[in-house]
Amino acid sequence: MTSKPEMTAAGIASAVAARKMSALDATEAALARIKQHDGILNSFTDVTADRARAKARAIDADIAAGKPIGPLAGVPFAVKNLFDVAGLPTRAGSKINRDLAPAKRDATLIERMEAAGAVLVGALNMGEYAYDFTGENVHDGPSRNPHDTTRMTGGSSGGSGSAVGGALVPIALGSDTNGSIRVPSSFCGIFGLKPTYGRLSRARSFPFVASLDHLGPFARSATDLALAYDAMQGPDAEDSACTTRGLEPTLPLLANPVSDLRIAVAGGYFQKNVFPEAVEAVSRVAKALGATDVIDIPEAARARAAAYVITTTEGASLHLDRLRKRPNDFDPAVRDRLIAGAMVPAPLADRAQKFRRWYRAQLAEIFKSVDVLLAPATPCTAPKLGQVNFNLDGVELPVRANIGIHTQPISFIGLPVVAVPVPLEPLPIGVQIIAAPWREDIALRVAYALEKMGVVAAPSPRGI
Amino acid sequence: MAEPLDDYIDAVSKALALPVEEAWRPAVRANLEVSLRLGRMVDEFALPDETEPAPIFTA
Repeated sequence: MTSKPEMTAAGIASAVAARKMSALDATEAALARIKQHDGILNSFTDVTADRARAKARAIDADIAAGKPIGPLAGVPFAVKNLFDVAGLPTRAGSKINRDLAPAKRDATLIERMEAAGAVLVGALNMGEYAYDFTGENVHDGPSRNPHDTTRMTGGSSGGSGSAVGGALVPIALGSDTNGSIRVPSSFCGIFGLKPTYGRLSRARSFPFVASLDHLGPFARSATDLALAYDAMQGPDAEDSACTTRGLEPTLPLLANPVSDLRIAVAGGYFQKNVFPEAVEAVSRVAKALGATDVIDIPEAARARAAAYVITTTEGASLHLDRLRKRPNDFDPAVRDRLIAGAMVPAPLADRAQKFRRWYRAQLAEIFKSVDVLLAPATPCTAPKLGQVNFNLDGVELPVRANIGIHTQPISFIGLPVVAVPVPLEPLPIGVQIIAAPWREDIALRVAYALEKMGVVAAPSPRGI
Repeated sequence: MAEPLDDYIDAVSKALALPVEEAWRPAVRANLEVSLRLGRMVDEFALPDETEPAPIFTA
């Protein structure tokens, strides 16, 4: 048996475990597909072929020896290049970080994926230092949308979106500070999980905004998302924000019915500044789930504003010394945003953090009466690469500033979200399935149910 | 003609030893205007004096 391009992680792991396919064959298939298509997609910045083959051979040897193997045995995966990969400098989309010494040890999440049998095949393109919603990168070139290579992948985990959307690998890992998992999932037509803040360890990944940074998986099905997520859970003393909660596996709960869940559509702010495609996508999902209630999240616009202020000030603080010493080695657009962030008066950042506490309490109240909120993942389908403005109801709006307007008020307080792909024509678009803190299981369950109903699916890549 | 924020940009640039070349100034100013506009939106929201910030966030 050979690995087909769109084979799921679950399918590969099952075939490998049943000895119908070797881990090496699965790995070679991914490497061949990367070689065939990544010249166009530009999703990979590093392909770790030797390492991947060695890992795959070790898994095949374990199987031959009758040793136990993990639930992801033989599944190829790749990571945004802000994850430490032993032997590579962690570039985080930048020119500056290429001068760092190679990482000595993999990020915790890579170690956990490989402990479950997955095979790392490379590192992925991203927006510089994750301060990006487009997937464009001045140093490495843009990652390209697998459904139309003249369009954006979304960012900042653009390579992750492109690699999974283009079926180069079934699973990728990325980061989400303000929407960087959910936006590429939406534009590239795939599933993405931004877990609860603090759920998955960020140890040995390059930070952006410590109080907003999350890591999580991308996949082509809800089951694969759950498989990867379950493999990566668990406390980690090396990330001070990582929860001490024990493992809470989601895979066994995935097929539980959703009829008992109280599901509502986010109204007000989340229904403004959206293109008809986003309205249609939310409507299809809501209809399939029988969700008729609409709930207004109070002060969502202000939450987005506060997230913006925290992002720009914390981001500036992180990069202050690099801005002083190597300003000309930044992407000029990122540099100028960060310099401006350094100039925001401190009381505004403090008030944004205080507002965050207030807003969190409002959402906690809402989640007493609902289990799930539905909202657009992006206001539009993937814009053209380099596109500066879009026209909405006769009003010209800047693309960059508006891509993340629906994701920012949610990650601001760390809620878990699964972005599900609605396969509209000609381009897919995502919907956020938002759950209460620590209830990733519920968001994944809803995503799985929608997939079984045929309402959401990762479309075959049409641009390659 | 100098823009209203230019003196402020010069002062913070000096205080933080953060270089701002003339060519970057329009973009820095534009970004700062956005940040201040959004910051004002947060500032306008009345909060009790006892409100704790959430710099280490717990969901």
